[in-house]
Amino acid sequence: MIKIDSLTKSFGKFKALDNINLTFDKGRAISLLGPNGSGKTTLIKSILGLVIPEKGSITVNGKVTGRDWQYRSQIGYMPQIGRYPENMTIGQVIDMIKEIRKDEKKYDEELIVSLGLDKILTKTMRSLSGGTRQKVSACLAFLFSPDIFILDEPTAGLDPVSSEILKEKIIKECNKGKLILITSHVLSDLDGITSDVVYLQDGKLIFYKTVEELQDITGEMKLNKVIATVMKNQSTTNSVRV
Amino acid sequence: MKYVTVDLLRNKVVLVYAVVLAALSFSVLSIDSNSSKGLLSLLNITLLFVPLISVLFSTIYFFNSIEFIELLLAQPVKRTKVLLAEYAGLSISLSLAYLLGIGVPVLIMAPNIAALTLLVSGLLLTMVFSAIALLIFVLFKDKTKGIGAAIVSALFFTLLFDGLLLMFIYSFGDYPIDKPILGMVALNPVDLARILMLLQLDVAVLMGYSGALFKKFLGTGFGSIYAIVCMLLWIVLPLLWSVRVFRRKDL
Repeated sequence: MIKIDSLTKSFGKFKALDNINLTFDKGRAISLLGPNGSGKTTLIKSILGLVIPEKGSITVNGKVTGRDWQYRSQIGYMPQIGRYPENMTIGQVIDMIKEIRKDEKKYDEELIVSLGLDKILTKTMRSLSGGTRQKVSACLAFLFSPDIFILDEPTAGLDPVSSEILKEKIIKECNKGKLILITSHVLSDLDGITSDVVYLQDGKLIFYKTVEELQDITGEMKLNKVIATVMKNQSTTNSVRV
Repeated sequence: MKYVTVDLLRNKVVLVYAVVLAALSFSVLSIDSNSSKGLLSLLNITLLFVPLISVLFSTIYFFNSIEFIELLLAQPVKRTKVLLAEYAGLSISLSLAYLLGIGVPVLIMAPNIAALTLLVSGLLLTMVFSAIALLIFVLFKDKTKGIGAAIVSALFFTLLFDGLLLMFIYSFGDYPIDKPILGMVALNPVDLARILMLLQLDVAVLMGYSGALFKKFLGTGFGSIYAIVCMLLWIVLPLLWSVRVFRRKDL
């Protein structure tokens, strides 16, 4: 569904992404992992067309992204930090996004109800806590039931109950054969959701493997243990190289 | 766009701006029995405050809504459309504030053509400086630098430019420099607004060199059209430039 070909992007001298090749298929839930500043968000933004790639191409559902903007109708995006016009109410923000997406008439409002936003639709965005804003972002990402979900740190700032609701929703959508791209530093949140792991470091792709493969290699079951083992091995090989 | 306007109209800063302008214009107009003098004072207030407030407020607003713009861009819409909608929403709400603040009092207390000209020049100034703010927003990545640039550009056009012009006139006073100065005035939207207004007030000759020049060379009618066209260019060119930059900008 998403094919990334030798994608390179640098900001000044800093190489945020270095010759990345990836293919994401539908029905998979792919975790993008890596230390801070490893290029995860840049990769996501490149797919969304927010960052314009220097070299290489990205194909979404067979269409090359670039000047084309219609492909984004198949993507639901939940940003890391959701900030909205401060004096608008939750209801107005949702209505506005609906108005922008006139092409889509079917709304998936399950999350609005299950996260309890339907009861506070008249609150202005300025009065909301970070977690509640995060809920609004989540609802907007799922509103048009797109084929591809891109979730940047979805559970950061959410309370355990809401985070559980969101996780269930993600699993449900994944089982419908949709593609989920997710980044998170809370690895335990990814347990049970993710089927594949992409590991980036310094803008380079270190590995792209299924969770089962990783579990076999490391002999650990829990995702956080798996990644910790891999990272440790990574740093030892790095230091040997140095 | 509709929503940006709604959001801004609820913003307290815009409200305060309108109320302060209204208080100023009511007091200025009621002090003096001669409405022409009152309008002149209002003109000076407009020329000083409108550029500064428009450019500063707009720049801050644009930088604060950067995450929201990002979210909108993740939707299937064109970048140009999002940017122009932001600009339209902002300039509409600032214009409304200006109309409420200066327009209503002026039209109640001194309804004539000069008053209308004051409104037109104030509105054009608002739009020019929001366009400049938009340009600053797309050119600068950093909010602090952007706000700095906004302050500098407002001060440049309201104060510094006139000083430079005067220096130019002073040093080249022996040469026939009337025509070049007409051209140079077009480089400053604030001057254009001033001239536009002065041409209507019959005090152009009293109000400095460039005003007198305009009156002499272009006459009231043509001079006004020239000033308005130049100001419209001052809106369109920064907008076109911002759209060009924004299309290739990384967010």
